[in-house]
Amino acid sequence: MPYDEALERFEPVLGLETHVELGTESKMFCGCPTEFGAPPNTHVCPVCLALPGSLPVANAEAIESTIRIGLALNCTIAEWCRFARKNYFYPDMPKNYQISQYDEPLCTDGYLDVVVDGETVRIEIERVHLEEDTGKSTHVGGATGRIHGADYSIVDYNRAGIPLVEIVTKPIPGTDRLAPEVARAYVTELREVMRALGVSDVRMEEGSLRCDVNVSLMPRGASEWGTRSETKNVNSLRSVERAVRGEIERQAAILADGGRIVQETRHFHEDTGRTTSGRSKEEAQDYRYFPEPDLLPMAPDREWVASLKADLPELPSVRRGRLQAEWGVSDLDMAAMHNADAIDLVEATVAAGAPAADARKWWMGELARRANEAGKPLAELPITPAEVARVTELVSSGALNDKLARQVLEGVLAGEGSPDDVVAKRGLQVVNDEGELLAIIDKVLAENADAADKVRSGKVAAAGALVGGVMKASRGKADAARARELILEKLGVS
Amino acid sequence: MTELLHKTAAELGRLIAAREVSAVEVTQAHLDRIAEVEPKVNAFLHVDPETTLAQARAVDERIAGGERLGPLAGVPVAHKDVFTTTDMPTTAGSKILEGWRPPYDATVTSRLREAGLVILGKTNLDEFAMGSSTENSAYGPTRNPWDLSRIPGGSSGGSSAAVAAYEAPLSTGTDTGGSIRQPAAVTGIVGMKPTYGGSSRYGLIAFASSLDTPGPFARNVLDAALLHEAFSGHDVMDSTSIHAHVPPVVEAARQADIAGLRVGVVKEFGGEGYQPGVLARFHEAVELLESLGAKVVEVSCPSFGYALPAYYLIAPSECSSNLARFDAMRYGLRVGDDGTRSAEEVMSMTRAAGFGPEVKRRIMLGTYALSSGYYDAYYGQAQKVRTLISRDFDAAFHQVDVLVSPTTPTTAFPIGERADDPMAMYLADLCTIPTNLAGNAAISVPCGLADEDGLPVGLQIMAPVLGDDRCYRVGAAVEKALEDRWGGSLLTKAPALEGLGYQHG
Repeated sequence: MPYDEALERFEPVLGLETHVELGTESKMFCGCPTEFGAPPNTHVCPVCLALPGSLPVANAEAIESTIRIGLALNCTIAEWCRFARKNYFYPDMPKNYQISQYDEPLCTDGYLDVVVDGETVRIEIERVHLEEDTGKSTHVGGATGRIHGADYSIVDYNRAGIPLVEIVTKPIPGTDRLAPEVARAYVTELREVMRALGVSDVRMEEGSLRCDVNVSLMPRGASEWGTRSETKNVNSLRSVERAVRGEIERQAAILADGGRIVQETRHFHEDTGRTTSGRSKEEAQDYRYFPEPDLLPMAPDREWVASLKADLPELPSVRRGRLQAEWGVSDLDMAAMHNADAIDLVEATVAAGAPAADARKWWMGELARRANEAGKPLAELPITPAEVARVTELVSSGALNDKLARQVLEGVLAGEGSPDDVVAKRGLQVVNDEGELLAIIDKVLAENADAADKVRSGKVAAAGALVGGVMKASRGKADAARARELILEKLGVS
Repeated sequence: MTELLHKTAAELGRLIAAREVSAVEVTQAHLDRIAEVEPKVNAFLHVDPETTLAQARAVDERIAGGERLGPLAGVPVAHKDVFTTTDMPTTAGSKILEGWRPPYDATVTSRLREAGLVILGKTNLDEFAMGSSTENSAYGPTRNPWDLSRIPGGSSGGSSAAVAAYEAPLSTGTDTGGSIRQPAAVTGIVGMKPTYGGSSRYGLIAFASSLDTPGPFARNVLDAALLHEAFSGHDVMDSTSIHAHVPPVVEAARQADIAGLRVGVVKEFGGEGYQPGVLARFHEAVELLESLGAKVVEVSCPSFGYALPAYYLIAPSECSSNLARFDAMRYGLRVGDDGTRSAEEVMSMTRAAGFGPEVKRRIMLGTYALSSGYYDAYYGQAQKVRTLISRDFDAAFHQVDVLVSPTTPTTAFPIGERADDPMAMYLADLCTIPTNLAGNAAISVPCGLADEDGLPVGLQIMAPVLGDDRCYRVGAAVEKALEDRWGGSLLTKAPALEGLGYQHG
């Protein structure tokens, strides 16, 4: 069913479960390194391979990071809590249980505010808990890349035991047609919070941030929520948005036909933007949770928690508010910079000496256009904020005008060196020698006697053509404003 | 060389340190003894004379080089086959781990090595330490040196039999519900369950994580204390290991003075189900304690009656999860992997073929007890009972310094008698289980022979958490008084030992 029609008939309720791999040096319960991309099964030991007799020892830094995440999300930090075993058999899980947390998570009852379409939406957080990642299975042969139908499977245990924080929202009603955007904004904001805290590199493409999207629909005006589906494998911000949209359309079509939504896990497909059915939760296993007897309970000291809270860095939303005030830009411009991931770049450019308005103008204008052409994020353009700041300096000193500045940026992006190198190599310089400029003006006036007469007779607007002539004759190097002044002076109308 | 066999571990250590005898000679004497009696006793799953003698030679070289090692350097020890060892296979008595060579040493193993002990081999046990008779071993039962038709206790039956048969002066065990104390009692030797967390579980193949405790076996209390001290103490690899010094167990074993000590007799242990000969020796031991200057009172621990059912919910629950890792994916047995079956099918076929009936029974019990909808009624309730038992101990130790009871309700039963009756088998641990649930310390020392069968009876001495030294102090006092009365250790009265070719000194 088309999205608009679906929204006319149904209201969506969202829920998001996000897994964040922490960037600790070592794994959650052993000393193995966590570095991504090592040859398979080289970051393993008796503990993370679950050899008989091995025992876990909890990573203190991971516990601290989880508490800091909880504090940044305005959660209550448990005074006493435990790890629990989640029991199920799967070849990539060495112990055939995952050490996780069950009914005693480290952090509960928080929130995160996100801004969508100028509106602030408060996303309530149910819990933040700490667990360990599984190994990574690769299913070889078969059509789907899933375990069923594969010829054989291979497992890399390097990832097994990497600390994983799970952040679960409460159900999010009332987002209406903005549900996809709210979901995306939430994951975006969460990612920025993680970056600000420095607890994870949150790279969705490497799986260090993974998102499960829960969607249910209820008929407009109903008070009881519908049955939800849980979509896994949502591995980019754009996919989060598409997965929500796709699920709303799929579920609406089923419900409109009088069908029933099955509570199940679904898999998201990047290529089609659609989901397909995974295992049904109705036949789901019983995880037989019980408190992990190999680890002691955690009882975070209150003073320590208070000091962690006091030492939290400035959070992204607070920082954006501060920068907006400092830069004096509108909500709309700020939102545009946020969406373009330009805030850090603008801030760094300002720090390198550029006026905020100029920094924003170049990043959101010429450079955004070039990034778009190249199909790259802004931050991946081969130019530094300091170089952009230098360009703005050259413009404000009058050495360059905007047209020349664009050529300088082009040169820097093309790898021709620093802005000053490009200026020198390309000979890009506003003509500052008044003698040279006056000679050009004389020549232009002589060649355009008609226009000169019009100006003399009071039609000042005709001066534009003369300025254009000067700019053309100087190949853009003339200072247009000064040229105009001199022309008017010469023609006796200043 | 047989005179070396009946020396104590402490004496052997002294002789080796003084270079009056070499570690190699002592080791060879025990290896010869093992070769002689193993066909009848079956205490060992793995003996490798070459590896063992190489260890002994290394100790002799260290001593010759002037290195000062611990009091047990060069003394042989039999090691329960549930601790990982890099130089010997480790099976936990199960087919599912047959031939597995661990790439790492258990902390207990590496501490034995650091102290210069010579590992003679790996001893038999009930599969994954689940049982009270060693009949659940996948590699055949071990026999009691007192009567080869009877069980040596379990699960550490290989370790108790090896020490009782003079195959080793010392051995290691693990005690989850009585698996050190009960085998010690029925083979007439000393066995100690330290405070939970006092000895490291790293490299001990888990049965029930919250209960498993490594501990020593020896033929006398001082030797047990020396071994206890050698491998205990905090270990960073075990999160449940206690940050505390090892209690002064060796000093306590030498002290052996109990004048003024307050001793509590647990009212709930005794009566129906207890063999008269066991109770008779127990009551004599209590009188003996009184004659040695202890003040004896009766103490009630009303929740102890619920300990056995609570244990049989908690231990199977933990084991159902701990044993999930034996899935044919990374190590051990693999059955059915013919290229047509799924990983799930191979896991299932391997576990069906690799685990014995008692292990399967406990995995099923535990899986059921942890199931959604049953958790509160079973596992949750059992944890509450566990708290009540700890409170009973706390209240009791408010009144007395130690508690005493028979170690087991009966003497060693015949092999096969209880094999098909799990409930009867479980009752062997009736008196030992409360201590595991509360995590405190307890020892079993020999206190005589039952009149009706002439088999050894054990006295259990229980002490508070980290009060391990009290067990040794009382145990040593009882041992001294009884050996004076008997004119030597209880083992000198073991008739079958002569049948095993052992000449009492």
